[in-house]
Amino acid sequence: MRRWLRTPARRWTTLGVVLAVLALVAVVVWPSAAPARVSSSEQRISAPGGPGVAEPVELDTTLYLPESTPAPAVLLAHGFGGSKASLTDQAQQLARDGFVVLTYSARGFGTSTGQIALDSLDHEIPDARALVDWLAERPEVTLDAPGDPRIGVTGGSYGGALSLMLAGTDPRIDALAPVITWNDLGDALFPNALADADTLSAATPAAAGDAGDGVFKRGWAAALIASVTTGASLTGTLGVAEGDTGDTGFAGPGSGGGGSDDGQDGSAPPDAGTDGSAPTGTDGAPSLPTAGGIGVQASCGRLMLELCAAYSLAAETGRLGPDLAALLERSSPATVAGDITAPTLLVQGERDTLFGLDQADANARAIAANGATVAVSWYNGGHDGGSPDSDTEQRITDWFRHWLAGTGPEPSTAFRYTVDGPVSDTGRARSRTLQAADYPGLDPAAGPTSETPRQPVGLTGSAQVIVNPPGGQPAAVSSLPGLGGLASSVLSTFGGGLPGQTARFTSEPMADLTVLTGTSRVALSISRVPVPALPGTSAATSAADDDPGAVLFASLAKVTPGGVRTLAGGAVAPIRITDLPADGSPATVVVDLPASALQVEAGSSVEVSIATTNQAFAGSTEPSVYRVALADQAAVASALGTAGRDAGAIGLDTASLSAPEVGGERVGDSEIPVPQLVGLVLLAGLVVVALLIGGRRFGRGSSRAPDPALAEVPLAITGLRKQYPGGVPAVQDVSFRVEAGQVLGLLGPNGAGKTTTLRMVMGLISPSAGEIRAFGRVVHPGAEILSRIGSFVEGSGFLPHLSGRANLELYWKATGRPAEDAHMDTALAIAGLGAAVERKVRTYSQGMRQRLAIAQAMLGLPELLLLDEPTNGLDPPQIHAMREVLQRYAATGRTVLVSSHLLSEVEQTCSHVVVMHKGRTIATGTVAELIAGSGETVFGLDRAEDTETTVRVLRDELGLRALEVTEAGVQVDLGRVPASTAVAALVGAGVAVSAVAPRNRLEDVFLAMVGESVDPAAGDGAMTGEAAPSTGSPTGAGDDREVRV
Amino acid sequence: MSQVHDRSGRERFREHSTEVAVTAMETVGAKVPTSTSGAPAGFRSDHTLPVAVELRRQLRRRRTQLALVLMALLPIILVVAFAFDDGDTGGSVSLVDLATTSATNFAVVCLFFSASFLLIVVIALFFGDTIASEASWSSLRYLLAMPVPRIRLLRQKVIVAGLLSVAALLVLPVVAVVVGLIAYGGGPLATPVGEQLSFGTALLRLALILAFIAVQLAWVAGLALMLSVLTDAPLGAVGGAVLLSILSQILNQIEALGVIRDWLPTHYSFAWTGALVNPIRWDDMIRGGFISLLYAVVFATIAVVRFRRKDITS
Repeated sequence: MRRWLRTPARRWTTLGVVLAVLALVAVVVWPSAAPARVSSSEQRISAPGGPGVAEPVELDTTLYLPESTPAPAVLLAHGFGGSKASLTDQAQQLARDGFVVLTYSARGFGTSTGQIALDSLDHEIPDARALVDWLAERPEVTLDAPGDPRIGVTGGSYGGALSLMLAGTDPRIDALAPVITWNDLGDALFPNALADADTLSAATPAAAGDAGDGVFKRGWAAALIASVTTGASLTGTLGVAEGDTGDTGFAGPGSGGGGSDDGQDGSAPPDAGTDGSAPTGTDGAPSLPTAGGIGVQASCGRLMLELCAAYSLAAETGRLGPDLAALLERSSPATVAGDITAPTLLVQGERDTLFGLDQADANARAIAANGATVAVSWYNGGHDGGSPDSDTEQRITDWFRHWLAGTGPEPSTAFRYTVDGPVSDTGRARSRTLQAADYPGLDPAAGPTSETPRQPVGLTGSAQVIVNPPGGQPAAVSSLPGLGGLASSVLSTFGGGLPGQTARFTSEPMADLTVLTGTSRVALSISRVPVPALPGTSAATSAADDDPGAVLFASLAKVTPGGVRTLAGGAVAPIRITDLPADGSPATVVVDLPASALQVEAGSSVEVSIATTNQAFAGSTEPSVYRVALADQAAVASALGTAGRDAGAIGLDTASLSAPEVGGERVGDSEIPVPQLVGLVLLAGLVVVALLIGGRRFGRGSSRAPDPALAEVPLAITGLRKQYPGGVPAVQDVSFRVEAGQVLGLLGPNGAGKTTTLRMVMGLISPSAGEIRAFGRVVHPGAEILSRIGSFVEGSGFLPHLSGRANLELYWKATGRPAEDAHMDTALAIAGLGAAVERKVRTYSQGMRQRLAIAQAMLGLPELLLLDEPTNGLDPPQIHAMREVLQRYAATGRTVLVSSHLLSEVEQTCSHVVVMHKGRTIATGTVAELIAGSGETVFGLDRAEDTETTVRVLRDELGLRALEVTEAGVQVDLGRVPASTAVAALVGAGVAVSAVAPRNRLEDVFLAMVGESVDPAAGDGAMTGEAAPSTGSPTGAGDDREVRV
Repeated sequence: MSQVHDRSGRERFREHSTEVAVTAMETVGAKVPTSTSGAPAGFRSDHTLPVAVELRRQLRRRRTQLALVLMALLPIILVVAFAFDDGDTGGSVSLVDLATTSATNFAVVCLFFSASFLLIVVIALFFGDTIASEASWSSLRYLLAMPVPRIRLLRQKVIVAGLLSVAALLVLPVVAVVVGLIAYGGGPLATPVGEQLSFGTALLRLALILAFIAVQLAWVAGLALMLSVLTDAPLGAVGGAVLLSILSQILNQIEALGVIRDWLPTHYSFAWTGALVNPIRWDDMIRGGFISLLYAVVFATIAVVRFRRKDITS
């Protein structure tokens, strides 16, 4: 660890690189961290054409094999407009989960041959049975019996209906999971939400009216047909529905949908084909031929001709004709669902105006009535809102894993559904998933306790008159088929209907949060307001037996106190009352409002709207006026008549909404993300603890004990070295001692390492090697012994926004020492700033800062004073005074260490000197000692022409060699020759000697010591460590000197 | 004896005497007795740089004062700006549309406006300046040689920067509520969801929002602190923290990043809107707080480890 820290820069570089690499790896690998692909093979399997089709059809299939076989099989069917290609991802995932997966393009789709018969029991369903036969022959597939493979079937929408009908007609199917599909296609495309006795007696939450002769869902029908006629490859582009967004923001893809409440949905790539049925209709609805007859065949594409013709008729009349009804019945699971015995997981979407929750409810009732295991999930998507979220996908996988592979626990049959919370500021609602023990009402034996609880919610609103405009236009818009969740969620917020066409009945604000789960019902009294026929109009045309009757559109919405309206399920429920008396007498009807999971927060209210128009449906084009009122209980009772149930018991009190409330617990992670909460608390605790005890010492100090022998020695440095990573050593080998009472000069040229040494003494820089002891204690960063040292290094350090005095005062306060120890007056006297001490430091000149900094260093009168170039910026009198101050300060027994590159400075101020050069101490001692070590003398000459004579005399007669001619005269190292001898010799030679002076000033000594190493003549080694020691001695200079003479 | 002239010549010192300094030496008495640790009696390293002293050093800075004044001015400026509003919300209902509904609405909107940038800048300013500005003034070396133990120095700096940040964070909504009370009255807080929260409840929610924002911005504090240790330039530390937070906000807009966005420190920066619904949505606030503290702790740890052994060359 220590070594680790010794080279921090390198370590940090390494760490940075590692982090960068990790980040890069994460970015690159994360999204594409898919396991190895499973093996697959393509084959074309032929199946009989079926009734009316001469040629057998060829189905384009792909078989995906898991790692280990034999394994149970899953038949995966695609949605309307899709093909097997849209199932690749899902198939591979299932294969990785251990299933043999067969995907195929249904007849009329992809490269399969044949014509589309809409999952007909005569065509597509036998096709699927042929595929099961084929699978039964495969060695990779586990068999229950010869010819009977262990097999499950699933698919979305078109594929979901196939799943149900295959399971209803083929007992070999062992489990199924139909997704967002229909029960009765005629009912789904021609809904009529008038409750009848059957639906009223159903105890399930989402049972809805099936009164027949419904209103044509022309928007969706057109979009579906368009996807066939244009031949466009229409895979799901709605993305994945969000699951429980309340908890998924943090989870990976495995445990919840992506995203959170900000940003838009659909960030996930289109999960091709899992709900593949959602046609985009981009080139769709408007261009669709809505009239039959001419060009029928051309406009039918691959749709079976008889279907196409029947559809064309319906598009024209807006009514379900008997031909189409018969065809659609052959395409409806309703006919065979009662025969299903395999465990069934029904997944339906809450944003689905094509196949609503009521369709799954009808399937559930039919299958449960047969005693089969049924589970229901409603997810927050559908044909208007994307494919199932990952939690729902997981439930499907677990379903197969248990019921096919026999691994894993028995899946719960709990009823799971998702509810949206209030719309947040981002305009999006956040959702949570609730779970009830069972889908209510499936088990009649369980008695009333298993039934869906229904509560009456009082509605208010007087009788209102609404108008159907001529031609049914303008029409209200509540959904845009195929445009997906975005459009429908936008629309739902103001789907309040058009004024004059809409009657509204509103509840009181809810006292508590209420979740309406399923079909809410309301009893209405509706009458026709007679409209006098205009002259010239012929009532006869509409008086025929195709009288459209009264067509109205009912919807349920949540209304917040602020007026924001959220349409339940984004849907409207059309009703057609064919027997509405023309004389204006009222009819009482019970309307099943669109099934949904609608959360109504406390304070919000619910609103029931009855409108005359809706763009998505083929409403009545006849101008008419209706009076709509809430029905009273007596009328409800009489209208229900044979229902066999008391109106009050099912929540149909007078003027109230019968609200289904399933309840349930939040599933998945709890509301509070516990790991994060624990992490949050731990981190917060860590922060608090760090702030509480951070910076305390726990007997740490130095690992090296104080040296009692040095206790009175202010500073002892041994073998000090500092080398920065990758650089030349700033300090290589510095050793010296400073004794108490000394004024020691640290002398050296710039770059000698003086300042680095001082910084190490201050604990600012950690030495690479060596030791610094102050008063016997090792100096390290933050060492307490530093409190006996005052320092001024490399300029002042003041807070520019504070005055000089405030700086000194705060500095002292920051030391935490008693104010009386500061000796502030002394310090201020040394600073000598006068009145300027009250000015802000940023206005100071350099000299003023300098003095203030020295004063700061002397605050508290430290026993060791470190001063780096203290006289910079001072004027001569101040310099003089400073020398005096320092000498007197040392005289008190304290110690001063002055570093300087000015020799005169050191010579005049200091008693002792340490000479540094190139990071080494090259000489130590008293100033006098150093000077005495040099014997150089200068002979001043009156006449310049005597110079030659002088040199000759000194060299030849006295044998002196170290000679140098300077401006001052001739300089020579006399060695052992007395000066008087030399003078006598010179005078004897006739030289007019004007002065004889020792040239033993410190400057000369210093230059003598360092000169060679800066002289190029000393060789290339000047900058190396080898050169310096040899020049360290002042006595070794002779030979070199001679060169200059 | 000499006369010292200010370099500008603007001011003249009368009779500064160098002799005063020399004579002052005569009053220098005996050395202060030392304790067993070798330090002068009265010195304790855990009493160095008290919070009050550091607070005084910072509070007298123009920068600190300006930041706090700006926070107080913002609500006043906004009140004036909202006076120009013609009241047409165009049918959309957002927090900003509801600003003039009540004092607490106004305070929430002030936070809304300042949370994504202004508060980040202010916090980055307070924390980015901690070490780097001392380094740039060269005062860092004198604090360390005092000696203030390095980790203690960091801690005291963090405490003071934290106090200043909290103060700035409090000044804004407090002024906003006061100004809002005068301008819009103390009605209930209206939320875009359509809920109404009584004035008292709204104040509590406001306190919760402030607590969340304080925790959420901890990562900025940690980042700025780390940069402050790594660089000697205060501008580099403050600017670097602000730039990185902007980068995080930009990345958060890129949906292609998927779940990676959940780990961005700014991903949950507006999770406090969860405090404006009933019941309070805690989940994202907890996630946001956790992520932010995680970053803060990591950054602060790097700062401590680095600063502990750093060679101070400033």
